[in-house]
This record gives sequence, C-alpha cells and structure tokens, in this order.
Amino acid sequence: MTVEVQGIVRRFGATAALEGVSLSVREGEFIALLGPSGSGKTTLLRILAGLEGTDAGVVRVGGRDLTGVPARERGIGMVFQNYALFRHMTVFDNIAFGLRVRAQKPHHSEIATRVRRLLELVQVPELETRYPEQCSGGQRQRVALARALAIEPRLLLLDEPFSALDALVRKDVRRWLRGLHDGLGITSVLVTHDQEEAMELADRIAVMERGRIVQFDTAETLLRAPATAFVAGFVGEAARLPCTVRGGVAHFDPLPMTPLRAALPDGPATAFVRPHDIVARSGDGAAKVRLVRQEDQAPNRLVVQAGDVVLDATSGPGEVFARGQACRLTLRGGHVFSAAGGSTRAQPLAAAMAS
Amino acid sequence: MSATTLSLGRPSPIAAIPGFRLTLGITLAWLGGVVLIPLAALALRPWELGLGGVLAVLADARVLAALQLSFGAAAMAALLDLPLGLLLAWVIVRLRFPGRSALDAALDLPFALPTAVAGIALTALTAPNGWLGAPLEAMFGWKIAFTQAGIVFALMFTGLPFIVRTVEPVLRDMARDAEEAAATLGASRMQTLGRVVLPALLPALLTGFSLAFARSVGEYGSVIFIAGNLPMLTEIAPLLIVVKLEQFDYAGAAVVGMAMLLLSFALLFGINQVQQLLRRGRA
Amino acid sequence: MSAAFRPANQDSALVRWLLVGAAVLVAVVMLVLPLAAVLAEALRRGLGVALAAIAEPDTMAAIRLTLLVAVLTVPLNLVGGVAAAWCIAKHDFPGKRLLVTLIELPFAVSPVIAGMVFVLMFGAQGWFGPWLQARDIQVVFALPGLVLATLFVTFPFVARTVLPLMQEQGRAEEEAAATLGASGVQTFLRVTLPNVKWGLLAGVLLCNARAMGEFGAVSVVSGHIRGETNTMPLHVEILYNEYQFAGAFAVAALLAVLGLVTLAAKTLLERLAGRSTGARA
Repeated sequence: MTVEVQGIVRRFGATAALEGVSLSVREGEFIALLGPSGSGKTTLLRILAGLEGTDAGVVRVGGRDLTGVPARERGIGMVFQNYALFRHMTVFDNIAFGLRVRAQKPHHSEIATRVRRLLELVQVPELETRYPEQCSGGQRQRVALARALAIEPRLLLLDEPFSALDALVRKDVRRWLRGLHDGLGITSVLVTHDQEEAMELADRIAVMERGRIVQFDTAETLLRAPATAFVAGFVGEAARLPCTVRGGVAHFDPLPMTPLRAALPDGPATAFVRPHDIVARSGDGAAKVRLVRQEDQAPNRLVVQAGDVVLDATSGPGEVFARGQACRLTLRGGHVFSAAGGSTRAQPLAAAMAS
Repeated sequence: MSATTLSLGRPSPIAAIPGFRLTLGITLAWLGGVVLIPLAALALRPWELGLGGVLAVLADARVLAALQLSFGAAAMAALLDLPLGLLLAWVIVRLRFPGRSALDAALDLPFALPTAVAGIALTALTAPNGWLGAPLEAMFGWKIAFTQAGIVFALMFTGLPFIVRTVEPVLRDMARDAEEAAATLGASRMQTLGRVVLPALLPALLTGFSLAFARSVGEYGSVIFIAGNLPMLTEIAPLLIVVKLEQFDYAGAAVVGMAMLLLSFALLFGINQVQQLLRRGRA
Repeated sequence: MSAAFRPANQDSALVRWLLVGAAVLVAVVMLVLPLAAVLAEALRRGLGVALAAIAEPDTMAAIRLTLLVAVLTVPLNLVGGVAAAWCIAKHDFPGKRLLVTLIELPFAVSPVIAGMVFVLMFGAQGWFGPWLQARDIQVVFALPGLVLATLFVTFPFVARTVLPLMQEQGRAEEEAAATLGASGVQTFLRVTLPNVKWGLLAGVLLCNARAMGEFGAVSVVSGHIRGETNTMPLHVEILYNEYQFAGAFAVAALLAVLGLVTLAAKTLLERLAGRSTGARA
C-alpha cells in the first residue's frame, strides 16, 4: 500500500512534536525515519498506527483517509520498541491474538495453521509453547514480527526494533529482516536513531529534526548532497569545522588546515568534512597525531589534534605516523553551509596548493 | 509550512487505548454519587445555622472538649507509636531470628481486625479485671479502660501498623554502605544511628505519623468501648456527632464534622509542608 | 547499652536479642493479646455456648444482613474501582492527580462522618428526607443507607490496589492489542486483566473485609433495629452493652476470624503477584 502523509501537526501542550510533516511512500517500499531522540520520529510512527492523534494533517494509506480511524480498524502491523508481547500468553497465543479478536474469527484449526506458518516464516517454530520471558531478545523480536504479520497488515511499522538486541545479533537480524521484506513486499516504515541501520535496511531515509522532515532521499543522496547542515552532521561521519568564506574560498584559521573553494557569499560558515577528506602528511605542521587507530578496514585512520579540535583523519599515501608526531592537514573536500543560507560541495583550491 | 497546509484536515483526537470515555464516565459517576455529593451536604448543611450559629456550636464547651480530646489523643498516640513502630520495623528488616515472619504478619492485625472487635478486645484486656488491666492496677494503681489513657491505647493499636509499614520499605532500601562509611570515618554506633540513619528515616516517620494521626482523629469503633464516653472528659468528637444526630441536631453534627475534617486537613497540609522543607534541605 | 558502641553496622548479639525481645514484647502486648482476649472470652464457657450464641435468630439475621450488604457493595466498588484504575493508568487527561486524590478521600474521612453525610441527605431532617417520606421510601435506618455508607468507606480499596499495578504494567501491551484489532473490552479482558488478577483479588478481599467489618459508618445510618438493620459489628455492640458477653465475643471472634483469613489470603496473593512480576524482571 502507498502511504501519503500531508501536513501533519502534533502538539503536546505548548511544544510541537511535529510541525507540518509530509511524506509519501511508494507501494512495497521500505523507508526509515532517522533522527535524534525528540525529533518526532516515534510520534509520526504512532500517528500512522493510530496510537496518537493529530492536530492537523491527513494520513492516507492505500488512498484511504485514516483521519479519526482508531488503531484497531486500521489493519496496520506494528513491532514495538520492547516488543510489548503479552507476557501471560504463550508465543502461539501471542501470534494468534490478532486472529482471535476478529468479529469473524477463523476456525481454530485455520488459526493453528496460520500461526505455525508464521513461526516457520520467522524461523522459530520451536518456540510455540514458550512464554515471552523464556525467549531471548532476538527470539522475542521475531515473535513480535510474526504477531504483527498475522493480521496481514497493509503497512508494517517498526519502532526501533533492534535497540534491545546485542550488537552482534543486530547485524544478522537486520539482513534477515530486509530479506523477509523483499520476499513479502509489505510497505514498511522503520524508526531508528542509528544511521547504519537505516542505510542498510531502507530504500529511502527521511531525516527528521525537531518535528520536521529535513530531507527524504536515498542513503547515497543524503551522503552526496545533504540538504542542510543538520543532515550533513547527522548522516555519515563528518567533522564539523567553523570557517569563514572570503571571495569564494573557505578559510579555517586559526585551525591549521588548507582552505577550500566554496562558491558562497562572504561571511561565517560551517564545513562538514569526512575523515577520508582530511589527509595528514608528515612535516612540521601545527597539527599533532594523538592516536593511530588499529583497525582492519581503515589501517590509515588517525586521530589528530588541530588547535583545540580533535578529529578523525586519514594518513596520506605511504605515510606512517607515531603518536605525538607533528603533521600537516590537507582538506580534499567537504560540504560548506553558509550562515546566511546556501550550501555547496567544496573542492580543494588547486592541486598545486595542496601538495 | 504555510498556513494552508497547516489547516489541512481536521484534528483527529485519537486515544490509543479505547474505553476512555466509558471508564471516565463510570469513575466520575461513582465518585460523584458516593463521595462528592454526600460530602457537599457536609460542607453546606452547617450554614443553615448562619455564621453566628456555627461559631456558637464550636464555642460550646462540650464540643471544644471533644475536639481537643480527639486531636490530642490522636497526636499523643501517633507520637508514642513512633518509637515502637521504628523498633518493630528495624527488627523485622535488619534482624534474622526464629518467628520473624510471624511477627511480620502480626503487625497487620490492626488493619485486619474490624474496629468493633478491636474495641471490645482492648476493653476486655485493660478493664480492671483484664489480663493487662488487673496487674497494672494492682502494681501501679493505673487505670486504663474508661479513661483518656484507654483512648490513647486504642488509638496506638490502630495507628501502629501505619508507622511500621511506612518506615519498613525505606529502611529496606537504605544502603548499608552509608552506615559502614560512617563507621570507617570513626563514628560510634550511636553517632551513626543519630546522624546517618535517623535523618534518612525522618521523612518516612513523618509520613507514618500523619497517616496514623489522620486515621486516629476519626476513629470510632475501637475507641467507644474503651472510652467511658463521659461528656467533657472521655467523649471523642465522632461520638459527639452521633449524639447530636440522635438528637436530630443535624446542622450541629455537621458543624462538628466539618471542623474535624478542616482541622485534620490543615494539620496534614502543615506536616506535608514540613516534609517538603526536609526534602528540599536534602536536595 | 555499652555494647552498642561498636564501630560496625552489626550490633552485638546482646543488643540484637534485646531489640528482638523488646519488639516481641510490644507485638504481644499490643497486637496478639487483644486477639487472644477475644478468642478466650468467646470460648470462656465452651465452644457450645459460643456456637449457640451465634445460632441465635438475631445473630443469624445480623450475619445475613452483613453478607447482603457486602454482596451489594463489593461488586459496585469493583466496577467503579477497576474503571477508575483503567482510566487513570491507561490514559492521559488533565486533572488526573486531583482525581487520584479524590478517590483516596474516603480514607481521610472519619467513618462517623461517612455515615453522617447520608443522614444529612436522606434522614428525617435531610435534604431529601421529606420527599422520601412522602413516598414512603426508607433510606436511612434501612438497607439502602447501610449500603451507601459502606460504599463510601470501602470506596478506595479496589482502585488503590489495582492502580499501581496497572501503572507499572505500562501501556505497550494494550497498544499492541489495539494495532492487532482488539476492542476495548477484548483488550481489558484478554490483556490487562490477566496481568493484574492477583492484585485485583486482593483488593476485592480487603474491600469485602472492610464492608463486613465496618462499624462507625453503618452505626450512624442503621438505627440499630434488631433483626432488621443490625449488621454483625453492630450486633457485637448491642450484645456487649446488654452484658451478653458470651454472645458479643462469639460474634466478635467470628469477625476476627474473617479478618485473619483475609490477612492470610492477602499475604498469599501478594506472594503470587510478586512471583509473576518477579519472574518477568
């Protein structure tokens, strides 16, 4: 089903949790609502589920206006943050719940067949007679998913579904869940504050900040062309560096870094630079190596101190650093946001200047 | 967002969990019908006498004596219960000994016994020929039943569990390492108790005191058997209300009832304020 | 007490035994002896006399009336208390704290006042007294008055035991039930109720014990008509004042047993409830 959200406003007393949110999700798409806590992403999810009211705006699922439709009549499946399994029921009864509360409830043999099929689908058939407290976190999550799928939802909502899992299990479950989605094709909305999770699972990511969606794009676009300074800072890994633009060039003094070409009006600005765009070269620069990271994937990652800023950087080709060694920092690019508004993808001034 | 999109759609005040209106309706009807409307009668009826009449009832020596007795005995009983309650709570939380759970269970007896039963039981116990009354009179010449001392004794009985059960959880949650720290800093056991343990328990003791006091002020069943019920001397305020009602002096009875309620709310409010001060002083 | 001056938080054996001794003495004198006195007085002239006193027609009438009052009040307070707890624990609305305070109000009101308010409304000189009299309806000095007064004093018991449990459970399970299509009634019966059942039962038991044992409030509205408006606790008073001690203490002992059974059941239920929540943690 498609999801159409238009101009949703939600206030709690004087504070606005959502200030006019619009969003449209395509049939079968998997999207993520990504944002820090308090950005309104869970409120938006609860509004979709019908667990929260709105002060203005419209939600349409599959073209149908859901204003005033209570949660129980929406047919939208939801996996809750801590799963909210019914603790006094077995796993079987949990999954069967949505079928049993129907006005025309299926025959009990029909219910049993469907519950077992769901248990197979989420790969935990052995849990049937257990109680939630006898299941591990990962198992509970699968049961919660099976319970939500039992009502054959038109839309699946996932509220931080991985937050209660160990870091080790998390990655596996993530891949499995995406595979399951690809198989079932149910339109899905995931709420998360973990960008890695959003990028791995979602087709598109809506980045939320203080009750608004600031950018809704693919992960690749978010990284390549962040719409706002907030997105640039929140998505991906980037150092936030204050700078001043003069004549189309961003200067970082007093920080000891090479300037960047930035076609922006003169004035204060902020640059977001990724670690692989900050290159350290040996020499008597004003920066100092604080730590050499020993990582498999990034053997040339450093932590450097430049003035009073500590940032992640990359060592230049062939360079080997020791802790405490002085170095020079060259910027290879970044996103610069002018305080006056406007942003640009910044480039090094010239190859000659950088080397 | 522009104003046009803001006004899109009508507000949709959804309650996540159904049943709010129904249950609130039941609750308000239940509360209103059983408690609030009847209490309104108590608040309104006294003024049939006019302000002068209300003051005249309150100035009556018998009324004053009864109010003084009810509030005085309740305060005295709650005060006497404080050390006893603290002792009992301490023993069941901190010490392990055979029969501890029996003692623990016995502490709820005053909650469990109907007040009339407690009343005749305490009277039988402290009467001149009772198990306690006889030896006390023989040895010290003390009379308990049918005196003010009897009233205080009965109120101590009903109030005791309030103090024990309020102090107990606080004592249980109190970290022992604070005591150990005090000991390593050279404090004697008495200093530790006085400066570390007791101050931490003070808010709970105060709460227990006000609960016991509030209960005791209005207590009727466990008191009237033991009290003797002589006007001016051993007549508690609730009994005076009953007497006035039997004489069809409804307004007068309502005046006494209202005075009791207002006085005890004022006192409880005062104790609550003291507690807030204590808490703020600590934070 | 010199042994108490020890630089550790464990007192010496002597002090510990003194404390235990003192505590046991207090408990025996103040708590156990009164109970023992009731039972001893009841059985002073033998079990047969006690049973005969209970079998007396007036006493049997009092027992029947007490049961009738309890049967009428407990279900009403059960429905009201559960509705209030559900409404407060599972929803947000302005004035919630005030509502909680008002529900607890009857605990702060003297039982005699609780009885009096109904006399002020429905008694001979009450607001609705003449109206009721003209239609020959008896409220005060009759069953309705007893029920009203008992409702008032037992009002908070169920709400007070169930509300903290429901608050502790949170709302996630009810919300999950809603997304799965359950109605309000289905959610309550299948999700909320199983989680609070032991606490609810304890609340009902306490409510019932108080309803059957209430003295002050019903004393005011009863009129003490033997065989008609006399409940068990009131009957204890009448017999006692007539110096029929055997009967008074026999009925009192019966009430005491009711209290003890309630206390034991409550302890058991708390353990059951504690086990089912403890296992979840």
